[in-house]
Amino acid sequence: MNKNWAVFSTVAAVVVAFIAGAVIFKDRSKQEVTQALQASSGALVRAHSPVYGNPAAKVTIVEFFDPACETCRAFYPIVKGLVNASVGEVRLVIRYAPLHTGSDMLVKILEAARLQGKYWEALEKVMTPQPRRAAHVNPQMEPIWGLIADIGLDVAKAKSEANSPAIEQLLSQDLADMKALKVRRTPGFFVNGKPLLDFGEAQLKSLVDQELKKLKAP
Amino acid sequence: MSAEACELAGPRGRSFWVPLFGAWLIALVATAGAVFLGEVLGMTPCVLCWYQRIAMFPLAVLLGVGLLDADGRSIRYALPLAWAGWCIAAYHCLIFWGVLSEGLIPCGKGSSCAEADLQVAGFVPIPLLSLIAFTGILALLWVANKRVKT
Repeated sequence: MNKNWAVFSTVAAVVVAFIAGAVIFKDRSKQEVTQALQASSGALVRAHSPVYGNPAAKVTIVEFFDPACETCRAFYPIVKGLVNASVGEVRLVIRYAPLHTGSDMLVKILEAARLQGKYWEALEKVMTPQPRRAAHVNPQMEPIWGLIADIGLDVAKAKSEANSPAIEQLLSQDLADMKALKVRRTPGFFVNGKPLLDFGEAQLKSLVDQELKKLKAP
Repeated sequence: MSAEACELAGPRGRSFWVPLFGAWLIALVATAGAVFLGEVLGMTPCVLCWYQRIAMFPLAVLLGVGLLDADGRSIRYALPLAWAGWCIAAYHCLIFWGVLSEGLIPCGKGSSCAEADLQVAGFVPIPLLSLIAFTGILALLWVANKRVKT
């Protein structure tokens, strides 16, 4: 019995060490995000970014977004719902974090669509076939153009504009800001400059509610 | 020594339980460490890392059960896994240090097996840690096996 006890207590010790290590690391990375935010708060919102909802809204959700990320896709209706339900009090600012292979190409297509005023239509179309590309290996770009053709886009024009230096610059600025703010996973949310430290739908909603309540307080 | 330990000891009187415990402890810590690197620190395991995990993870379970029953045969079942893991870890080290070219294995997907990122605390390569762990497990299993036989 003595020796079995040694085995079980060793397992317990390793499990405790693991959990303690995880807690310490999480705490440290939270501090890192907060510090990065203090150092470069200007990196959060840029004038070039697409905005959903009332541009003058008092509550701003900044989302570091990857058009090829499944979780971003799952969160899209949730975030959209938050903006719509607020009736002009919440806006969404899209920043790009193209972490998947080929995501940068998707971003360029979206930005080209934005130049023709078809951004949100294109975004929803681009996210639809995601499961088929779930492996993220060598995503095919040509079918994407075909997919968004029926939103009334001048595809030839968009194709030439997708590789413009302006879009290239927007993308590299977003990438630089993503690194400065230590966003390593998508979607990365900030509400009125506060990072969503514990990821989740309920946590995001409560962070937005918190900011909305501050507005209503006298 | 307790009466139970004497019961386990071979004719020369030395128990295989202690080296077996040592081998299991290495496997357990290595397993926890690999899961920590992957799930907490968010490092994506490369292909060769996965094969080493496949060899290491069952060792933590197999040797643990062997310890509970003080079953010397568990050493025999653990040895092929430990050798397989050791060979992959040695191969991985050679690739990491650039002795062998990575072109020999399909590492296209996920993270690269030769990436400098594969380091703990900035300077200890993960494949080297893996090689050390498998070497320790093999050495302790060898000692334990000898004590079972004698």
